[in-house]
Amino acid sequence: MIQVIAFYLFATLCIFSGAVTILARNPVHSVLWLILAFFNAAGLMVLVGAEFIAMLLVIVYVGAVAVLFLFVVMMLDIDFAELRAGFIKNFPLGLALALVLFVELFIGLVVHGAGGVQLGKASGAAAQAADMSNIQAIGALLYSKYLFLFEAAGLVLLVAMIGAIVLTHRERSGTKGQNIAKQNARRPQDATINMQPETGKGVQL
Amino acid sequence: MIGIEHYLVVSSILFVLGVLGIFLNRKNVIIILMAIELILLSVNINFVAFSAFLGDLVGQVFAMFVLTVAAGEAAIGLAILVIYFRGRGTIAVDDVNRMKG
Repeated sequence: MIQVIAFYLFATLCIFSGAVTILARNPVHSVLWLILAFFNAAGLMVLVGAEFIAMLLVIVYVGAVAVLFLFVVMMLDIDFAELRAGFIKNFPLGLALALVLFVELFIGLVVHGAGGVQLGKASGAAAQAADMSNIQAIGALLYSKYLFLFEAAGLVLLVAMIGAIVLTHRERSGTKGQNIAKQNARRPQDATINMQPETGKGVQL
Repeated sequence: MIGIEHYLVVSSILFVLGVLGIFLNRKNVIIILMAIELILLSVNINFVAFSAFLGDLVGQVFAMFVLTVAAGEAAIGLAILVIYFRGRGTIAVDDVNRMKG
């Protein structure tokens, strides 16, 4: 019983906050509702016993991606009212298309419920062992069979990081950066001179 | 009792909301990126639900890779948004025709 209540709570809140995300007037509110949607989706995942992905969702999405969104929304000085023009105009067509899409997905679901297409049976090779926690089982799978895919995911993140830095980096005039080649080319004999000037006379540089 | 169908309905509603969000906010790239995040979230719910109900962990491993790609996509997308705003002073996407010859 408690599972059913929890499922409906998480599902309703998830869908509601998803709807407000795309309808909100203020993008800052949008981001905050998006965070709520992620939290509730994480709750849904905990309910079926996928704790690791749920925690990953909270840490990666809420902790990194949503905060990145918030940062960009607040950093850029944008007139959001102007960007909402066309919202009403697009509404009927968008709603009709969304309804068609949803009805199609729903028909697929009904067919699935009627036992329509035969799904392949899981081989059981990647089943969660009874004495293992979710995170242990995922770790055992990820670091053995899917090791190379895991490395590839790391590479994807590395490329994304380098790309974001390269894209947003800019050379500004008026800043004093370090010129390493010039520093290394400088010799001590060019830099310092030993002189013994007579009393009362200056030093010619 | 909650079955896999319930999860699939939730994820398909979220997916449709994401598509609708792209339609409604055609000018605002930030909201479009958020709608894409919603779509990827619904796909992740689908993966995790099938993984749990079929008793096969591969779905959860794959959901992790989807998460990785989504994080990279958000980072690159927002970086492009920042340099676009720096150059134009606006983020309206319907006049992104700078590259037009």
